[in-house]
Amino acid sequence: MVTAVRRRRSDAYTAPSYTLADVHALSKNEPKWLQEARESAWELYEDLPMPTLQDEEWRRTDYRSIRWEEAEKLIKATNASVDVVPSANREPLVGEGEGGTLIFVDGQIVQYEFADSLKQQGVVFTDLRTACIEHEELVRPNLMTKAVLPTDGKFAALHAALWTHGVFLYVPRHVVAELPLHVVMYNTQPGATLGHVLVVIEENAQATMQVEYASAQVDQHSAYIGATELLVGDAANLRYVALQDWSRNTYEFSHQRARVGRDANLDWIIGTMGSQLTKAYLEIEADGVGANARMSGFFFADSNQLFDLDTQQNHNAPLTTTDLLFKGAAKDQARTVWQGMIKSLPKMQKIDGFQACRNLMLSDDARMDSIPGLEIEADDVKCSHAATFSTLEQEPIFYLMSRGITRPEAELMVIEGYFDELLSRIPFERVRERLQAAIEAKIIG
Amino acid sequence: MGATLEIRNLHARVEGEDIEILRGVNLTIKKGETHALMGPNGSGKSTLANVLMGNPAYEVTEGEILFEGQDVLDMEPDERSRLGMFLAFQYPVSIPGVTVANFLRHAINARMKAQDPESKGISIPEFRRLMKAKMDMLHMDHSFAGRYLNDGFSGGEKKRAEILQMAVLEPSLAILDETDSGLDIDALRIVSEGVQALKGPDLAVLVITHYQRILNYIKPDYVHVMFQGQIVESGGADLALKLEENGYDWVREKYAVPAE
Repeated sequence: MVTAVRRRRSDAYTAPSYTLADVHALSKNEPKWLQEARESAWELYEDLPMPTLQDEEWRRTDYRSIRWEEAEKLIKATNASVDVVPSANREPLVGEGEGGTLIFVDGQIVQYEFADSLKQQGVVFTDLRTACIEHEELVRPNLMTKAVLPTDGKFAALHAALWTHGVFLYVPRHVVAELPLHVVMYNTQPGATLGHVLVVIEENAQATMQVEYASAQVDQHSAYIGATELLVGDAANLRYVALQDWSRNTYEFSHQRARVGRDANLDWIIGTMGSQLTKAYLEIEADGVGANARMSGFFFADSNQLFDLDTQQNHNAPLTTTDLLFKGAAKDQARTVWQGMIKSLPKMQKIDGFQACRNLMLSDDARMDSIPGLEIEADDVKCSHAATFSTLEQEPIFYLMSRGITRPEAELMVIEGYFDELLSRIPFERVRERLQAAIEAKIIG
Repeated sequence: MGATLEIRNLHARVEGEDIEILRGVNLTIKKGETHALMGPNGSGKSTLANVLMGNPAYEVTEGEILFEGQDVLDMEPDERSRLGMFLAFQYPVSIPGVTVANFLRHAINARMKAQDPESKGISIPEFRRLMKAKMDMLHMDHSFAGRYLNDGFSGGEKKRAEILQMAVLEPSLAILDETDSGLDIDALRIVSEGVQALKGPDLAVLVITHYQRILNYIKPDYVHVMFQGQIVESGGADLALKLEENGYDWVREKYAVPAE
């Protein structure tokens, strides 16, 4: 048994001081199967050490600045209201309206809407706690059993034991959920939330979902220990957008994994703008023959932010395609890390995997690392990777200025132009606009 | 007629280097006049163009540049542009992700906002009409407006895009830096006709060129020869013809400073 360490030393990888009593308190009114799942995850959590700089995956990410005594406090909503959520986060993804909206403030539902047309087709879109009770047959076999596993790491185990709120989307076979689903997780208080996203798209079904994470600026530290599970069935189609804009002083540790079935399509868009530190595992398991997955990652770090994005493209079947492009910028003293890996099991022929991370360094003090990797155990494959680094060149700035455009605007245009390659992969105009606004805010900021 | 541009004893070097490239340039261009600046490679012609526009890669060590009576040396390139100076670049840089249309709309709006901070900029329909008219004048396909600026453009397309910008921005001084280089005869004709169409009593033009052939289309009132960072000969259009016939050897013989 590891006991909670309360005494702080600068060189100690301190764990938050949760106990089994916290797990029990949280799961008091939950179904027995869930209580048991949480307890076994808790045991696992206690057996695992906190990650350290000696672990390869954490080599560049020192999270010891987190003040757990502030960040570990499980947020309890008081007088939560949708009015505190910025309007930008509430705007629908596309113009025609939404199939469903679920907004959490401090982990509490403040707005829930769900179109009858989808309900009638058997689509389930609700918060995860309710789903665990009302749709056990759909949730129980899928919740942290297929995509993100408690064994994935210290924070995955902690999440499995202590997740505080979440969303569940289920689209049954052959159903096309035309209108997008929209989820917002917004926090006003400092402390910990452990949000979960579970998406189950059955055979030949289709859906679009957007999840946004944001919080109000507060002085104390916060932690978000999240998990996202995307289960895309055979010949199914999922477009999934996740935009993270936590306030500074927030530390995110998240595991996000998609499983993509035979002939299925996944278009996964990730925007990372906020937080003090983000360590995110973003993984695609191309499980079925002909599975096709695309991941497009936007990141922009400023001041002393640290983003560590760890991607994997696992080709577990022949004829699978993955296409990953991350494009980011760093200014001030910010640090970004991207570690990518394309893996194939032996004899998985005719796979096509691509990964690229492009980096724009906007200050001499910023640091950006990109570490691509390939582990291919088949010979008839097409796999490639690229990492590029650039700085803001003065020649294009002078060119634009020579036409009357001011320096700040010229710089913004060149930087927006740099991101265009990524933005043009995003099929949602509103999402592109949001990311453009983020670029502008970061530069003018 | 008032002077559009007055260059007085201009000295300049590459930022951070010791050797002066411009070593006392004097030149006055009046409203409505077209001047040609010729000279062998390395004589400082392109440096002069860049220094006039305020390229931060160069440093002015002595002298003055007056544009319509105002000292522009302390002005940023964008301020000079908004006053009415324009440089058609010898090597326009490509800016991926920024379309020609988006770029030009920003350039027009920057002007409007400088005049009136409340300005909302040019309306989209008005801008479209303007672009179409100017592109037609230069025999450009309208799809050009949607392409990324100079990205993957042929040599001719780049030069045409420069003249398109000039046509849209309507400067009072146009500096054409080797606009003829790399153009075949048809492209040269189209580009030159475009410049010719923009000429008028209010526009001063400085054509910088190594060869005489562009001057068959854009007739200069005056021709200057630059050599080792100074203007060493000035004359009428016939001076260009003399250079075309005899080359620059006589200039070198007459003005070369013995190597130290």
